[in-house]
Amino acid sequence: MRRAAWSPYLVGAGIGVLSWIAFLTAAHPLGITTAYERTAALALAPLGLASSYLSENELVLGWEWMLVIGVFLGALASALWGRDREPMSVPPMWAARFGPSRGKRLVTAFAGGALMLFGARLADGCTSGHGISGNLQLAVSSWLFTAIFAAVSIVVALTLFGRKDRRHV
Amino acid sequence: MFEPLPRMLGGLLIGIAFGVLLQKGQVAKYRVIVQQLTLERWTVAKIMGTAIVVGGLGIYALLPAGAVTLHLKPLLVGGVVLGGISFGVGLALLGYCPGTTLAACAEGRRDAWVGLLGGLVGAGVFVAAHDSWTAVQRWGGDHGELTLPELVGAPGWAWLAGLGLLIALAAVWRRRPPRRDDDGFRPPARSHP
Repeated sequence: MRRAAWSPYLVGAGIGVLSWIAFLTAAHPLGITTAYERTAALALAPLGLASSYLSENELVLGWEWMLVIGVFLGALASALWGRDREPMSVPPMWAARFGPSRGKRLVTAFAGGALMLFGARLADGCTSGHGISGNLQLAVSSWLFTAIFAAVSIVVALTLFGRKDRRHV
Repeated sequence: MFEPLPRMLGGLLIGIAFGVLLQKGQVAKYRVIVQQLTLERWTVAKIMGTAIVVGGLGIYALLPAGAVTLHLKPLLVGGVVLGGISFGVGLALLGYCPGTTLAACAEGRRDAWVGLLGGLVGAGVFVAAHDSWTAVQRWGGDHGELTLPELVGAPGWAWLAGLGLLIALAAVWRRRPPRRDDDGFRPPARSHP
């Protein structure tokens, strides 16, 4: 636990085993973004903006919501044990390319988060729900989603940062 | 509004383990995600690939005994294609995915907290105009809960074993010693350092 980094193969195998446990004990695949959607619905319901959503979905704070709380708590414990907390607003890799401005980084992060979660809800899954849980079940929807988001995110990242061998920072 | 306590507790425990794995896997770090997208570092692909192979072989092995059932997302073409594009752009801008955003928040990264807020707004846009987005999801049709074995025919374990072999080959290939110059010339080692 004190080592800051584990082998990615070990981590991947661990997540695979967690999937078995989730299927066996909760009859539910690992997924993150339904909890974001429920939380947003909870905030919008008093404003009367969630009525059509709530006519089709029950506003339950359950297994998925606790899973998300758990991810935060588990990562917090892990970062503390490994002395691997990195409190910062502007990651160095971003600063090297776009400068040290906090405003620029935080506005981009906000916009990125919004586009990402909107996309995840439109597609009904994210890197966990489609990328891991759906792909391991060999769902066609998940493999298609993964191919599209991987291609798009690689093109955008290469446009923003350029290829490593041509980068002069 | 709340599910039974044992089920909530189960979700919390699995979440804690998931959070430890994501943080120890280094994927709560901006540089690790972005360098995967610029194809400089393959941590994310190794984690996701191994999780798919290990997870999938287990689930497909448990399936015939009836211990588990599949929980597939339907192939709604409009939702998956447009959602995938929006997700890909957002992921490249934020540098954390929805799960690793939470782990990055736990590392004290303030850009991840702002990304989380943005994510709630993005989810809110979906919730607030739910009817319209449901129609968009169905552009191009609803092809149901389709799997690759159903579509192509090869059994589930074969797909997963194939992916596992691919990951193993990539790992071996990347461990090769560095290539010599094109003409095979290698500068002689200096005997007196």
